[in-house]
Amino acid sequence: MTLAALFAVLIGMCLLLVRALLGPTLYDRVLAVNSFGTKTVLVIGLLGYVMGRTDFLDIAILYTLINFVATIAILKFFRYRSFQVPLARRADPAARGGDSNG
Amino acid sequence: MTDAVLGGTGTALINILLLAILFVVAIAIARLRSLFAIVMLSGVYSLVSAAWYILVDAVDVGFTEAAVGAGMSTAVLLAAMLLTARTAKPEKPFSRIGPFIVCAAAGIMLLYATIDLPPLGDPASPANSGVGLTYLQVNWYDTGVPNVVTSVLASYRGFDTLGETAVVFTAGLAVVLLLGFGERSLADTLRRAPKSGTRPGTVHKDGDGT
Repeated sequence: MTLAALFAVLIGMCLLLVRALLGPTLYDRVLAVNSFGTKTVLVIGLLGYVMGRTDFLDIAILYTLINFVATIAILKFFRYRSFQVPLARRADPAARGGDSNG
Repeated sequence: MTDAVLGGTGTALINILLLAILFVVAIAIARLRSLFAIVMLSGVYSLVSAAWYILVDAVDVGFTEAAVGAGMSTAVLLAAMLLTARTAKPEKPFSRIGPFIVCAAAGIMLLYATIDLPPLGDPASPANSGVGLTYLQVNWYDTGVPNVVTSVLASYRGFDTLGETAVVFTAGLAVVLLLGFGERSLADTLRRAPKSGTRPGTVHKDGDGT
């Protein structure tokens, strides 16, 4: 049963990969990569149960935290076109010379 | 080989699937011209290879790959994209032959090297003939950490790892202090400096998304 779930998630990864490769817009790719990270976390969690190593769950949680960093970086890149703006500052992006690419 | 160790054809199939995904992503990275898509796909590549490292029980390598490859290098590559164009230049028809020959030669050498490798989990392999077996025996009673490599890194060589972390942290801090933050940072200075011509970070729009 867990193995079947693992294969289902892996097939989902393949479908996401298709979206990341073909994705007509950038946002398709961002979403595909973000969901790919989530799928990786799921794969590792399920893998722990398939292999009988339930302590893989801790690693899966840590992966979730790391996946967050990349997503925040990408979103900040689109919003401000710079990594030097603190997230708390809600400045108009046009004032900094970048468009929000929307 | 993996069958004997991991047990069952299921895990072997997962191995094949993950490696196939890695292969497809690598080919796509080599073929694409949009740099943003390449950055995204390199993040995907890191995540899948990290999952695969965990599947073959190299937890520490997988964790480093996820932290450095999927987390940090995506941010660093995006920051580099702020200072350059969004798409790679089209290449001349025969400019890929040289790199291809180098890659093929390196790949053949690596494949040749795998012939001499002992099978996965071989108790007579050189890695297991020294103190490795001793660690395998005493590790659980000493530390209670299920992964032996992790126990060696974090417990037996704890101070060594702490020193390494301090060195890497100091190096990162020095780089950040040199490049600076906010208005007076190097990137902002570079962005403000040229009044005409191409302004890095704002001008180039790539084909997808805009």
